[in-house]
Amino acid sequence: MLKEYKTVAEIAGPLMLVENVEGVSYKELTEIELPGGEIRRGQVLEVNGDKALVQVFEGSSGINIRAAKIRFLGKGIELPVSLDILGRVFDGMGRPRDKGPKIIPDKRLDINGFPINPYARDYPSEFIQTGVSAIDGMNTMVRGQKLPIFSGSGLPHSRLAAQIARQAKVLGTETKFAVVFAAMGITFEEAEYFISDFRRTGAIERAVLFINLADDPAIERIATPRMALTAAEYLAFEQDMHVLVILTDLTNYAEALREISAARKEVPGRRGYPGYLYTDLSSIYERAGRIKGRKGSITQLPILTMPEDDKTHPIPDLSGYITEGQIIVSRDLHRKGIYPPIDVLPSLSRLKDKGIGAGKTREDHADTMNQLYAAYARGKEAKELAAILGEAALTEVDKKFSKFADEFEFRYIQQGEEEDRTIEETLNLGWELFSLLPRAELKRVRDAYIEKYLPAQKED
Amino acid sequence: MGDGRIIKVSGPLVVAENMGDARMYDMVRVSDEGLLGEIIEIRGDRASIQVYEETGGLGPGAPVYNTGAPLSVELGPGLIEAIFDGVQRPLDVIWKKVGDYITRGIEAVALDRERKWAFVPRVKKGDLVQAGDVLGTVQETTLVEHRIMVPPAVPSGKVAEVFSGEFTVTDVIARLETPNGVVDVTMLQKWPVRKGRPYKEKMGPYIPLITGQRILDTFFPVAKGGTACIPGPFGSGKTVTQHQLAKWADAEIVVYIGCGERGNEMTDVLMEFPELKDPKSGEPLMKRTVLIANTSNMPVAAREASIYTGITIAEYFRDMGYSVALMADSTSRWAEALREMSGRLEEMPGEEGYPAYLGSRVAEFYERAGRTINLGSDNREGALTVVGAVSPPGGDLSEPVTQATLRIVKVFWSLDASLAYRRHFPAINWLLSYSLYQENIDPYLRELLGDKWIEMRREGMRLLQEEAELEEIVRLVGVDALSARERLTLETAKSIREDFLHQNSFHEVDTYTSMHKQYRMMELILNFHHEALKVVEKGELDLDLEKLFALPVRERIARAKYVPEENLGELDDVDNEIKKQIAELSGEGGEADA
Repeated sequence: MLKEYKTVAEIAGPLMLVENVEGVSYKELTEIELPGGEIRRGQVLEVNGDKALVQVFEGSSGINIRAAKIRFLGKGIELPVSLDILGRVFDGMGRPRDKGPKIIPDKRLDINGFPINPYARDYPSEFIQTGVSAIDGMNTMVRGQKLPIFSGSGLPHSRLAAQIARQAKVLGTETKFAVVFAAMGITFEEAEYFISDFRRTGAIERAVLFINLADDPAIERIATPRMALTAAEYLAFEQDMHVLVILTDLTNYAEALREISAARKEVPGRRGYPGYLYTDLSSIYERAGRIKGRKGSITQLPILTMPEDDKTHPIPDLSGYITEGQIIVSRDLHRKGIYPPIDVLPSLSRLKDKGIGAGKTREDHADTMNQLYAAYARGKEAKELAAILGEAALTEVDKKFSKFADEFEFRYIQQGEEEDRTIEETLNLGWELFSLLPRAELKRVRDAYIEKYLPAQKED
Repeated sequence: MGDGRIIKVSGPLVVAENMGDARMYDMVRVSDEGLLGEIIEIRGDRASIQVYEETGGLGPGAPVYNTGAPLSVELGPGLIEAIFDGVQRPLDVIWKKVGDYITRGIEAVALDRERKWAFVPRVKKGDLVQAGDVLGTVQETTLVEHRIMVPPAVPSGKVAEVFSGEFTVTDVIARLETPNGVVDVTMLQKWPVRKGRPYKEKMGPYIPLITGQRILDTFFPVAKGGTACIPGPFGSGKTVTQHQLAKWADAEIVVYIGCGERGNEMTDVLMEFPELKDPKSGEPLMKRTVLIANTSNMPVAAREASIYTGITIAEYFRDMGYSVALMADSTSRWAEALREMSGRLEEMPGEEGYPAYLGSRVAEFYERAGRTINLGSDNREGALTVVGAVSPPGGDLSEPVTQATLRIVKVFWSLDASLAYRRHFPAINWLLSYSLYQENIDPYLRELLGDKWIEMRREGMRLLQEEAELEEIVRLVGVDALSARERLTLETAKSIREDFLHQNSFHEVDTYTSMHKQYRMMELILNFHHEALKVVEKGELDLDLEKLFALPVRERIARAKYVPEENLGELDDVDNEIKKQIAELSGEGGEADA
């Protein structure tokens, strides 16, 4: 029988201080029983002598200092897993939310996991075709990568993420795949959008969902992504599946973390976020990857909304330092009516170089990608100049680049929500656009490829 | 010595009582799992301990054992080609012991105790030796001859015995008779990481560290024994630049510290370096490299230690008389680890929550670089070059870590996000970066490449400066307002940017450019400029500048970067073409006049 304490001394925000405890350890899971029999869960944040500081996941409202009973369970937070979790919907703490039966666990896993030994990692290099040109052609994604979508409120990041989840495949392979979806503090409608999309396409059978909605306890969000990644690790590294993990929205997660930090009166870092935000975020993001000798992989697609579209805000900023690139969704392109509104210039996939080229996509991919970037950047500069001085001030060459930039946005970036372009189609589209430019300007492409791929140029 | 007891656990910080015997920075073992920790504060009999491993599950009452020694690294054969964590546990050994995840309380000695190395003595019985003298050598890898030295603390003495043959690192390879008695010397030495290894004398650096990266070698060189920093926002190419340096810098030993960064990046180095060939010897680059990996999700206290572990290993190779290059990516993560521990100790914070001693810690670290006369009677010279990446939040260079770093380092490579968006790599801003070593190393470069090189470099930089000024005018009034001469300046500056500074690290030829090729490339660009200038200055007013800029030879100049080092002869032909094509064009213009 576990010892029960009725020695709560303080309750402040989501935190509780329990006195006269014995044998309590750091990060231990606790149960708090309210007089009505309601049970809430908590975690030990600090032990100091006989005092334990407990963070209550479901929030402290309604807890009475004298009436609450606390039990320390002698273990960390665990997630019961088995193959039956596929197709199920859980809440943010891993309890079934879909009125389905309890999971009969194959095993119970600590949700904090352990860091993957860098020596055991296998470098991600398998090209994932998402069918979205702005990603496949310009910011190629590979299996085992963590590639977040940096977005803003009111932008179609959910539609883009759902499209990627629908279309993503590795060419020439038939392998087991699964989607793990973790919602942190998003609205019912947003969550419902994903769930109904998974239903419509049948993906729900291969999906595990952890849902913490905007009106669910905020502190629970700290556990939600860890639940999801624990499930993903089980599926990937024990059941040999290729798992795509969608985490949305990391901004709400970081805010929950800030709430705890503020309640503990810690010295804040930038914008009130705790100094350990980087380390904490990395303990989520770094759980993506591949491991030598294991068949499965974890690819992460976290979504975060940048407050005021500001990329230097601590959440996107620190994320960008950990993740392997970022896909930036732009309000300007969205206003122009372009879907998906991916701003390719500040977007980046750090692992693209290992996933493209002969045998993976096509030999000309790297050169054309660099050339498209350089040409689009120059075209946009020319357009800015024209906006100040008028079109007439541009040189002939710059006019061509300016036209190229427009065509690039409307033909290459823009595509249908159900349009699944093959990598060949994407690359050929790039070459079609090159024919708008003088050949001497194609400095980043090898001659041999120009001969081979450039469509015959019209004389003008 | 009595054992301590834990009374408080807060993240990586543990407070224990009954620690009266403890000294600052002693290593301790926490709980029966034996987690490694280090004492960072003592109050009465209470000691605050930063624990290098995950502390979940620890609670009051658990024991703390003092080892009585500070955090030290093991130095000896077996360092090269290894990958260690922040406290020098070999990650491959951990992997063999516990599998794919790094769990807790794993004990793994840094250097293999079983492996035998062929030791060849350099001294004989009766020789007089002092601290730092080389007793013999071990061919550790095809690229590195490991010199076994008399440890710094051993007094001068006479060689009583020296052995030859196959030994493990703990076998005695020599006996010295010293005033303090007979000293047994093994190939293994230990050294506390927070203390720099001693040397006889420090000297100013004057030889450039050739990196094969054009913008660095030509405009912002770092000297062997110097310090440099690369601050930049994410995605601007810090890590790629650091990797390029680790690959191509002409150092004899490279120590690469992945401090709080991505796991996949270390895997990349581990998989790529054995494949890449050293441009000089043709041997795999891994055979001169030591890796320290403490990724961002590994415990934060060990991240703080990783920087010191790395630099102590680097100093050890410097002591042997090598030129060592150390890359630390990223020092900001190390500073953040300091901040986190400082916060948990409830110290009064300085700027942005960083501890007040941040500046002095940064300075102490970079000051361990330098060109030195080492211990030992042969006055060997060694050099330790330190290059630190800095990750300023939001790319804002006014933040404390960047500022503390800039106060101490001599070379500043300023990464620029707008260049990165244009995929101009390396995205180093040529107007903001600087190198304070240029003066020191110019005599060396004059010797190597001749006086003309210095002139060309100055002219190149002047053109880039002029471009920046002219572009402001263009932005206001358009390109038509510029004279032909100014438009040529713009065009040449563009050529320097695109054909010289832009360098593709993933292209098999472009990734490395020798100094001689850099010279030839710059010469081509400037030759075109000078020839074109002659035509423009002759005042042929109706000369079509567009035509001049579109001469076919310009494409050949642009492609010079892809000409392999062994075919540089091809470039002579480009020189002739420049003269010929411009003369032809000028001739056309002349005929039209007539």
